[in-house]
Amino acid sequence: MMSFNALIFAALAYVTLLFAVAFWADRRAALGRADFLQSPWIYTLSISIYCTGWTFYGAVGYAARSGLEFVTIYLGPTLVMVGWWWILRRLVRIGRAQRITSIADLVSSRFGKSTQLGMIVTVISVIAGTPYIALQLQSVTLSFAVFAQVEGVIWEAADFNATAIWVSVGLAVFTILFGTRNLDANERHNGIVMAIAVEAVVKLLALVAVGVFVVWGIAGGVSQMLTRIDASEIVLWEQSGSRWISLIFLSGAAFLCLPRMFQVLVVENTDERHLHIASWAFPLYLLLMSLFVMPIAVVGLDLLPEGSNPDLFVLTVPLHEGQSGLAVLSFLGGLSSATSMVIVATIALATMVSNHIVVPVWLSLQANQQAVISGDVRFVTLLARRLSIVAILALGFIYYRMSGGGTALAAIGLISFTGAVQILPAMLGGIFWRAATGFGAASGLLTGLAVWMWTLFLPSFGVDAFISQAVMDNGVWGAAWLRPQALFGIARLDPLVHGIMWSMILNTAMFAFVSLVTFPAPLERLQGAQFVNVFDHSTAAPAWTSAAAGAEDLLIMSQRIIGSTQAQAIFEHEAISQGKVGFLPEVTSAFIERLERELAGSVGAATAHAMIGQLIGGSSVSVEDLIAVADEAAQILEYSNRLEAKSAEQERTARALRDANAKLTALSIQKDAFLSQISHELRTPMTSIRSFSEILREGDMPQDSLNLYAGIIHDEAIRLTRLLDDLLDLAVLENGQVELHEQTGQLSDLLDRAVGAAGLHDGVLKVVRDRISEDIRLSTDLDRLAQVFINLIANARKYCNAADPTLTIRVAHLGGHVHVDFIDNGTGIAAENQALIFEKFSRLADEGKAGGAGLGLAICREIMIRLGGEAMYLPLEKGAAFRVVLPSVKS
Amino acid sequence: MSPVPKPPIFLQRASYRQRRVRDAAKLIPFVGIVLWALPMSWAQSANEGQVGSEGLIYIFAVWVVLIVLAAILASRIRADTSQDATDDPKA
Repeated sequence: MMSFNALIFAALAYVTLLFAVAFWADRRAALGRADFLQSPWIYTLSISIYCTGWTFYGAVGYAARSGLEFVTIYLGPTLVMVGWWWILRRLVRIGRAQRITSIADLVSSRFGKSTQLGMIVTVISVIAGTPYIALQLQSVTLSFAVFAQVEGVIWEAADFNATAIWVSVGLAVFTILFGTRNLDANERHNGIVMAIAVEAVVKLLALVAVGVFVVWGIAGGVSQMLTRIDASEIVLWEQSGSRWISLIFLSGAAFLCLPRMFQVLVVENTDERHLHIASWAFPLYLLLMSLFVMPIAVVGLDLLPEGSNPDLFVLTVPLHEGQSGLAVLSFLGGLSSATSMVIVATIALATMVSNHIVVPVWLSLQANQQAVISGDVRFVTLLARRLSIVAILALGFIYYRMSGGGTALAAIGLISFTGAVQILPAMLGGIFWRAATGFGAASGLLTGLAVWMWTLFLPSFGVDAFISQAVMDNGVWGAAWLRPQALFGIARLDPLVHGIMWSMILNTAMFAFVSLVTFPAPLERLQGAQFVNVFDHSTAAPAWTSAAAGAEDLLIMSQRIIGSTQAQAIFEHEAISQGKVGFLPEVTSAFIERLERELAGSVGAATAHAMIGQLIGGSSVSVEDLIAVADEAAQILEYSNRLEAKSAEQERTARALRDANAKLTALSIQKDAFLSQISHELRTPMTSIRSFSEILREGDMPQDSLNLYAGIIHDEAIRLTRLLDDLLDLAVLENGQVELHEQTGQLSDLLDRAVGAAGLHDGVLKVVRDRISEDIRLSTDLDRLAQVFINLIANARKYCNAADPTLTIRVAHLGGHVHVDFIDNGTGIAAENQALIFEKFSRLADEGKAGGAGLGLAICREIMIRLGGEAMYLPLEKGAAFRVVLPSVKS
Repeated sequence: MSPVPKPPIFLQRASYRQRRVRDAAKLIPFVGIVLWALPMSWAQSANEGQVGSEGLIYIFAVWVVLIVLAAILASRIRADTSQDATDDPKA
């Protein structure tokens, strides 16, 4: 049998090992080789501080008393972990983005960096956490007492107290040594995390070892164990579904809200991806922790004498069986569970107390903010944190002494959970609901705190300690609906379920209602948007609108909080990234925001904001600024729309310009072609005139030749004149400068004149006319119209290639217009040329035949357009056919 | 100044799978709640006798199922990349 002193020695050796591990891990991290420390497995193991000494020992006792209900304490966290995508991922992301230092900081930061909210959450956490720390002290002292009892020593109260004091002192030393080494709470406490990871392994091994021993060593296998469970006096399932579901909810919610859980889950998280592994590995850990609880409870009840404390079966069963080695392992497991929980809980609470109570109060007491020493805030914060650790452990010890350690204390575990869970509505509302306000959160928290105190916490001290039996039975001030365990007259509920239900309902209702009727401050709205939309990667509106402070002032202030080395490093880094030399960067609002976040990692968002606010003169963001930012965005959008419209318009203009350019180019080509045509047309007669006139100048030739040559020169001169006349005519017509002289006459007369003038006296071309149809009175410029007719008749004479050329002139009345068609019996004009014949200088293949310049038809068409009619080629006739559409007739 | 691009309505096959894996991960806790709420009905149905060790086995079996499901999904979920990191329930 192992002596008590040997046990003490084992415990001390174990604690020394933990110190060594923590020291080693801190050294390793300081050397920058923390990669192994930052694995998801270490993260998962550190979460296991959820399994405290109370659960390590108490779960078996719980199972022995209430059957399966003990498992609810593990089911809630399992659901939260496997549902990590909902809440934990969000919390971790926000924690990293906002440099959150604790759950109080989260709530305070979300609701406009409010100092008051931070204080409220801190107070709730301390009140709810203290009994839990007392519970750990109790479990450790009880386990010592078990071993003392084995040696035949029955411990007195003084022994218990002495042990509790020594354990508290040891814990305080460890926590101060490794927990307040650096101020930045956002920085991982590598030593502590490593130590609690080791402790997590030890407690799991211990419980599994005891379980394996019980199932296979005592019961003799799984099936025998199950038979024993069935035969046991433990009632596995009590008929209270409400307790079952309430406890699952409670444990899940506490898993998120307990300051120590928030510390390891969010603050100490180095990588969001660790959640992937932890999401299933931690539930597995919980499963292993609870797998053997029921067998140990059943076997303990069977083996040990009536009246043994089932809370200590994990120790007493191996001792009873003479397995002292196993019992020591089990003892170390219990010690691990208790100490790791106390260490993390005190760090978390001390951070909250120093950041949200001590430093704000100290700062407000500092009358003269200018007389400052570098690092003074840092000093105060660290000192506050160390004193807080001592104070919190002392509170736990005092609570332990006052409660006398006993079953009253054991019952406080779930009540303590319920207190912590009062933060849940404000926390979840804060990260999912943008409209949640600070007033809402504060009213919800205070309501929840009050209801919890009244229904659960105060009654937990026992009858007549704080609340008398009379009040319990009849309510206070004669109001029966205020009875602590039957609020609003709802009695017969389990007191715990009653307390959970009412505190959560009233808390949430107040939070929601007050949030709905109040208006959030600008900073709250800003923070709300950043918290709720943490995954949207949106750039937030700057929280500081004017950067009125000098870089020097900011540096001095930062040095107060984080010390000169670190502050200068931050400023230098910023200056370099701005491309400036030295270490005083340009003070931009973005830099102030970054700096504030850095400082928030040390002293919390509220204090960092307040200190920067003092320097900047309180020019924090206002509603107007927020609206201006929104307006700016709208303006930019509108501007971009306008730009888009403008660009479309420019596109259109460019297209029009391109078209115009193409037209101009085409016109230029036409002009060139026209010029070369015209010079060619002028040159041919000129050439013959020049050569014949040269011949004439030589003289000495017969009269016949003289006549002939003079005749040729004359003819060519006439041709030139005609060409120039035609050109002039066409130019006048095209420019619209022509003067029209309206006359009245008969169409038949006009045609007579035209036929006569067209030079048909040679009788080559026969003209066929229908004089009756020609009896139409015209009122237009008859001379011009006659010109058209003459031209067309002359054309027929020139170009008709029939053996017996005949021109038919047909007059028809169609749709209010008179059509005069000139149709000959030649071969006509090929289809591909029909479109060209009205163009200037367009002459078809047989050029030599007529010698015209090809302006006739162009002139015809221009004249008809001026007269208000039309001249066109008439396809589908046998020969060449032209139609002249006369202007509307006045009959 | 380009306007904020809208998320695409239809996704590539791989992104689509990834979104469904996330949907599944979100569903797990509800599966757990339903399965673990079932014991509340035992109180009524087990009038003739007490709930025995099979109740214990049931609760642990559900536990194992949840752990296995969570492990499978966690191994398939990609770490947040900027593209799919939003909680957009659409698509």
